[in-house]
Amino acid sequence: MATDTRELSAAGRGRAAVRIRGLERSFGPRKILDGLELDIAPGEFVALLGRSGSGKSTLLRALAGLDHDVTGKGVPDAPDDVSVVFQDARLLPWKPVLDNVVLGLDGPGARERGRAALAEVGLAERESAWPVELSGGEQQRVSLARSLVREPRLLLADEPFGALDALTRIRMHELLRKLCAAHRPAVLLVTHDVDEAIELADRVVVLEQGRLIADLPSVTDGPPRPGTPEHAALRGELLARLGLGAAAASKREEVLV
Amino acid sequence: MSTLTKKPAPERAAGADRPGRAPGTRGPRLAPGRPRRFGKALGPVVLVALWSAGSAAGLIEPRLLSPPWTVVATAGDLIADGRLQGHLAASAQRALLGLVFGTAAGLLLAVAAGLSRIGEGLIDGPVQMKRALPSLALVPLLVLWFGIGETMKVVTVALAVFVPVYIHTHNGLRTIDSRYVELSETVRLSRRRFVRHVVLPGALPGFLLGMRFAVTAAWLALVVVEQVNATSGLGYMMELARTYGQTEIIIVGLVVYGLLGLLSDGLVRYTERRVLSWRRTLAN
Ligand SMILES: Nc1ncnc2c1ncn2[C@@H]1O[C@H](COP(=O)(O)OP(=O)(O)OP(=O)(O)O)[C@@H](O)[C@H]1O
Ligand SMILES: [Mg+2]
Repeated sequence: MATDTRELSAAGRGRAAVRIRGLERSFGPRKILDGLELDIAPGEFVALLGRSGSGKSTLLRALAGLDHDVTGKGVPDAPDDVSVVFQDARLLPWKPVLDNVVLGLDGPGARERGRAALAEVGLAERESAWPVELSGGEQQRVSLARSLVREPRLLLADEPFGALDALTRIRMHELLRKLCAAHRPAVLLVTHDVDEAIELADRVVVLEQGRLIADLPSVTDGPPRPGTPEHAALRGELLARLGLGAAAASKREEVLV
Repeated sequence: MSTLTKKPAPERAAGADRPGRAPGTRGPRLAPGRPRRFGKALGPVVLVALWSAGSAAGLIEPRLLSPPWTVVATAGDLIADGRLQGHLAASAQRALLGLVFGTAAGLLLAVAAGLSRIGEGLIDGPVQMKRALPSLALVPLLVLWFGIGETMKVVTVALAVFVPVYIHTHNGLRTIDSRYVELSETVRLSRRRFVRHVVLPGALPGFLLGMRFAVTAAWLALVVVEQVNATSGLGYMMELARTYGQTEIIIVGLVVYGLLGLLSDGLVRYTERRVLSWRRTLAN
């Protein structure tokens, strides 16, 4: 069932949304990305895991065209209409919410589209509030609306929910899944949270020593089914790849028992 | 003796039904607290009270510092015969013109220096040098260049004004968070929009701080030029009074300068509150 949908989306991909071959990036003598390869199909949701400092943000910045202070070889083949959700919501504090959402957009319909995007994230009535007047989760929703109103072909998100509490995170997961299902951008989501990765993504990749050392289809497609043996196995596998073998094993026992 | 046996009222000791403080009635613990009405007038009122008391008690020599009532009467006379208004208008015109030209120059140079490395290399050094020169030191040169007319006075004021405007605006520009620059790149802002939506609003707090220094600098520079070479203006009125030993007129002039400084600072701060309402700071 899960495989079926993936086959469908694979069939629908004329060409990959993202195509990376032999990407290298270094800070001084330190090679952070070393011959990295990655394809993302249109509409595919990929989660990127990796130790802290493994180069996840560096990869994302290369895709977003923000890698000015880094040397290296290779330019990722990515669409022009890329949108980034940063870890901090990164709203301009001197602009009301709606102006932040439509920042840089042209045309008479821009504000209307901005309003619609705000409504999608459930903040329609806060359009004239200042960013400081919003809670952390609300700010992150505004930043999501700012990304989606651009209808990007590629959505890059660098630990967008890292600063949120567990409950808000769950709500944001639901929202992100719903919005991605509606707009179908290709997504690359950086996260530290294995469960988040499994829950949201079609595919989970692990970055280590400058390359992707794992590229696993997520067992969950649509609503996640934690507690199933497949889920536990994938979780254990990912944790093992992240260098948490022992912990992974014990967790696996726990779930399987 | 009976007081010893009296028990404290139990409910007060328990404090259970003490009316709770409504949220928001108490200020934050570390911030300075709610602003009080007329709170800013406290200091000046105390000063005037001390001055009056000293004069009435004969502790203050009237030739050195006239008593407040003489100063008020003199101010009344000066207003009645229109002299004060005339001098004030002359001074205000110079201050305003100098402020306009100086602010425009400071702003333009700051934006030029903040947005391009070449601009910074060209502009920043000379401005820092100008900063070290007091306005008074430039007056002889400006007299040679512009004569002793209005132009020289306006230029002196403008030169005093543009330095703080430049310094604080430039600083505001340079300290704009690089994260906002990144954001602008990812939403593909054009350079013009980047300046308009990110750079200028981001530098606005710095610019307004510069303006607060600038208005004070404008009045200070004015005192200098009007006392050196003028036939009208508050500085001239005071200089004339000095030659005739009219202490009370000097003090009227000083008070007017003080009020003008207070008024212009208040105006800038009012503007600050209006245009920076997106900020949450200790003051509000
Ligand atoms: N501007 C920079 N100058 C020098 N070194 C840098 C710079 N940015 C990142 N690095 C280094 O590159 C490596 C990868 O950084 P990166 O931010 O991509 O890691 P990450 O995987 O995103 O980590 P985290 O999960 O903690 O965010 C780190 O070791 C970091 O020290
Ligand atoms: Mg990172």
